[in-house]
Amino acid sequence: MELGSQRLKGRVAFVSGGLRGIGLACAERFLAEGAEVVLSDLDAADSETAVEVMGRLGQAASYVSANVAKEEDWERAVALVQERHGKCHILVNNAGIDLTGPVESLSMDGWRRIMSVNVDGVFLGVKHFTPLMAESGKYFRGGSSIINVSSIMGLVGMNEVSAYNASKGAVRLFTKGIAIEFAQKQMPIRANSLHPGFVKTPLLAAGFQRWVDQGFAEKPDDLVAGVVGMTPIGRLADPSELASAAFFLASEDSSYMTGTELVIDGGYTAQ
Amino acid sequence: MAGKLEGKVALVTGGTTGIGAAAVRRLAAEGAKVYFTGSKEEPARALCDETGATFSKLRVQDAAGWPVLIDEIIAAHGRLDVVFANAGIEAGDGSIEDVSLEGWNGIIAVNQTGVMLTVQNAILGMKRNPEGPTGSIIINSSMNATRPLGNYVAYSVTKAAVCALAKSSAVYCGQKKYKIRINAILPGVVETPLITQIMNAQPDPAAARAMYEGMAPMGRMAQIDEISGLVAYLASDEAGFISGAEIAIDGATTAGMMGV
Repeated sequence: MELGSQRLKGRVAFVSGGLRGIGLACAERFLAEGAEVVLSDLDAADSETAVEVMGRLGQAASYVSANVAKEEDWERAVALVQERHGKCHILVNNAGIDLTGPVESLSMDGWRRIMSVNVDGVFLGVKHFTPLMAESGKYFRGGSSIINVSSIMGLVGMNEVSAYNASKGAVRLFTKGIAIEFAQKQMPIRANSLHPGFVKTPLLAAGFQRWVDQGFAEKPDDLVAGVVGMTPIGRLADPSELASAAFFLASEDSSYMTGTELVIDGGYTAQ
Repeated sequence: MAGKLEGKVALVTGGTTGIGAAAVRRLAAEGAKVYFTGSKEEPARALCDETGATFSKLRVQDAAGWPVLIDEIIAAHGRLDVVFANAGIEAGDGSIEDVSLEGWNGIIAVNQTGVMLTVQNAILGMKRNPEGPTGSIIINSSMNATRPLGNYVAYSVTKAAVCALAKSSAVYCGQKKYKIRINAILPGVVETPLITQIMNAQPDPAAARAMYEGMAPMGRMAQIDEISGLVAYLASDEAGFISGAEIAIDGATTAGMMGV
């Protein structure tokens, strides 16, 4: 199971939010393990970021520009995977946004937007990929695997993070619901949620910068130091460490794991 | 198989049969040097022949025996990287109304005190690694930590206790800057020799099997090698940011409600 073991040879994976952060790390890891990967993000296919990333990922990867909050975009994404590969075994619902602030200051539009991306986006991905994954999952021990990226913020609350808390909590229980549903119907799809703590991603950097702008700290590094100081393992996570968890959950090594939450937070929420 | 645990030294308690034996096989297959403890000498010898692992007849609740074993491992290999605290019993258990004090104490001794001693001595051993304190400790709890059984009060209580033990130890290692991770895994019903024996002892073994299989929405019990996949992952550096976690591996049993 070491890097590049080819243990996902013959599998096809779809990763939303795949151009950066945890999504990109998952795509890279799945490719290294022999899978073919389709990734989506909001960026246009001919954008600088998409061209650079896809050039680097190589022939086994392909890209579709899609908004996870739009059902027609998911229909298009599934059609593309169906046409290009005819199968799908791994779905990582990773695309997500954040929203912070005092609850009385949150706009209805802001609330709707975070719910549409973080919750609708996961629901739509599962809804539209389920038929293809149920068929594809018949041919591997452990079946197909859905990995929904929640957060430790889906397990515990935080000051002025209520909307993000609500969206990630929804992902956690939606995952358990579908896990039971698939299992009881003997559909070969497992579903688990990932709960990262603080990870070195563009989302974290942007969030910390916003807190600096709002006067919560002098510089982002102070916020990083504060978080690291509170984390038993004493550092931030690297996106590759979430990708290794996604690889484990995608592989047959986790064939009895479904409806589970995998917390990857350096011990933060154990305290 | 090229191993992801090459160069590591591992110890499995209760390794002679069932989940422990499967973990011995998997950790050895991943390239680790493996020690295991237990009380059944015959299967232990066969497992040593099969995997190249080393057997020690330690009882986990034997506090005086622990430093001897840790010294032996470090004398032979210079380090200790992975400890799977797996040994556990349920014999002598009962409901809150009928469990005997003797039965209760016997289960606490192995499942709770034995796991505490395992983790304590694992940390003491891992602190002697040349590069400083490093390693991964995995505690085998049970889904009954969160969904206790009415007729197995001591078992359920000890399995919940070791989850708190994992978290307390993980937080402590963080405070001390030890690079030692400690996690608990919570399996559902696993088709071990023990369960097979229980099923076969029932008046209607087929009905007993159907009952156990039906506990998980997945409609089957776990096979022992499905648990060792999670153990191998947590043992490896790939899980370097996971500590203080409770990880269910139960075919969705605890994701929902019993019997629905």
